[in-house]
Amino acid sequence: MSKEALVEVKNLKTYFYTEEGVVKAVDGVDYEIYPGETLGIVGESGCGKSVTSLSIMRLVESPPGRIEAGEINFKGTDLTKLSEKEMRKIRGNDISMIFQEPMTSLNPVYTVGDQIIEAIMLHKQVNRKEARRQAIDMLQKVGIPLPEQRVDEYPHQLSGGMRQRVMIAMALSCDPQLLIADEPTTALDVTIQAQILELMNSLKESYGMAIMMITHDLGVIAEVSDRVAVMYAGKVVEYTDVDTLFDDPKHPYTWGLMNSIPKLDKDVDRLEAIPGSVPSPLNFPEGCKFNTRCPLAEGKCFDIEPPLEDTDGGHMVRCWRYEDLEEIKKRGERIYEDRGVQK
Amino acid sequence: MEWKEILTRLLKNKLSLFGLIIILFFVLVAVFAPILAQPSSEDEPYQIPRAGWQVEPQPPREGYPFGTAQGSYDIFYGMVWGTRTAFRIGVIVVGLSSLIGITIGTISAYYGGKIDEFFMRITDVFMSIPFLVAAMVLTTILGKGLDNVMIALVTFGWMSTARLMRSQVLEIKNEEFVQASIALGAKDHRIIFKHIIANCIFPVLIQAFMKMGSMVITASALSFLGVGAPQGYADWGQMITFARDWILGGQGSALKYWYTVVIPGAAIMFFSLSWNLLGDAFRDILDPKLN
Repeated sequence: MSKEALVEVKNLKTYFYTEEGVVKAVDGVDYEIYPGETLGIVGESGCGKSVTSLSIMRLVESPPGRIEAGEINFKGTDLTKLSEKEMRKIRGNDISMIFQEPMTSLNPVYTVGDQIIEAIMLHKQVNRKEARRQAIDMLQKVGIPLPEQRVDEYPHQLSGGMRQRVMIAMALSCDPQLLIADEPTTALDVTIQAQILELMNSLKESYGMAIMMITHDLGVIAEVSDRVAVMYAGKVVEYTDVDTLFDDPKHPYTWGLMNSIPKLDKDVDRLEAIPGSVPSPLNFPEGCKFNTRCPLAEGKCFDIEPPLEDTDGGHMVRCWRYEDLEEIKKRGERIYEDRGVQK
Repeated sequence: MEWKEILTRLLKNKLSLFGLIIILFFVLVAVFAPILAQPSSEDEPYQIPRAGWQVEPQPPREGYPFGTAQGSYDIFYGMVWGTRTAFRIGVIVVGLSSLIGITIGTISAYYGGKIDEFFMRITDVFMSIPFLVAAMVLTTILGKGLDNVMIALVTFGWMSTARLMRSQVLEIKNEEFVQASIALGAKDHRIIFKHIIANCIFPVLIQAFMKMGSMVITASALSFLGVGAPQGYADWGQMITFARDWILGGQGSALKYWYTVVIPGAAIMFFSLSWNLLGDAFRDILDPKLN
């Protein structure tokens, strides 16, 4: 892409020093986010997707966590080198974040208005009256009915979907250039999920901001992302635009994920499942991190870690055997066995 | 929550209403002390006047509605002006010790690590000394007097608040709304005051109410043991001290001097009880999570 990247993450390594050993939660991750686009980050629990986002915000709890190496360039500034004070100016102002649990992300003892007003007054030089007017305005924009009344209500008086809207209003109150959304819809029911995603898409367009969408849900990725990074065991294993990813997954892990969700247009008796689970970050295997679960793993896979390779026109894959997988796909075979998961 | 709503709920609950009425009664007595019991000298209103030089207590009579204690001290006067002393001890001791406890507990829990370790070991050291003995020794070292009693009670009375506050803050500081606030760029002091203390303060407030009563009891105990208020100072503990030798009357009339014990005893009991009732009621009312 020719555009200048808004965020450029280079070889980011975030480790946690625990009593049992060093946990390499994020181990050499690279990606870019361009202005106005949505980057989806998808992966199983424990693959390091949340830790990458917390690293960008510099919210990794330290100790035990530490950003060990790498750069996070935000508009030319390396965020890993900023002081806590400089970082506070960026948080909420240039980069905002919304969390998974709308039920606990709001302080129960203050009205929602108070909390949005606080966010506004942290970064903007406005008086309380003006901040309140802007807060009501924001609530209106995120689709909360009767914002003049809702502004004086306490979080427990609102439903989960409403609260997530309030969180979005809070995060967007200072016009950030990047919104990090850490599983924003996981705790909501499906109809509300769709509404929130739609809201985020429309706000993205009207504000021209970039979104980093972290999720384990491929459906969410398909709905909102422009480009996708698939993470496994602290590394990006596949990185491409969303259409290519769904049409032509090249990493056996991504392929497994795709085949583990039911599709309307295909009639299969059983869904495929990737066997086993993510290895403990305390003892990742030698070579490719996916070799414990990969049906294609052989020889080299157990010795040498594959690089993230550009296969064609920006489709990055971290696998020694992606070409073999292509062949298998052409023959229409499966690589994963049925694991008894009913359709 | 609106203050009006808190008040309505307080008045609805019979026990808290009872507690409130007693406290209100004591407040009125304290406020109108100069009218209820006119001091003989303007400069030393806390000095209990004496009816004479008789050693033996005398029963209630004209001019001395509660009788006179040992040394002919006017019990009624001592009780009325002692109410002011009780409030002074309660408010100052509880206020200061809670402040110290909240500060230490919050800093320990919020910053954690070595800071937490440091403050909590100090707390442990203070907690390992028996409260009454420690307060007595310190008062003796500082010298007799009510101010020194208060200093001693504050010095050894903050630890339970610190512990309580620490456990509360530990719980709250990992809540997502604290994370969210950091993610919005809020500063430490803002997070501590606005998000953490506001969510932790209720149990501490309730504990403070309970402590109001117990601190006054301890202060009385110190007076009773002879390290509290100076002789003749209007203080409930002092009034009990006067009764020490007269708890039992002579042969055949064990309850002869009942007024020397029962009146100050009842005052201390009701004072302490009412704060406890109120504390209990506040626990139910102030916690927004229970609504």
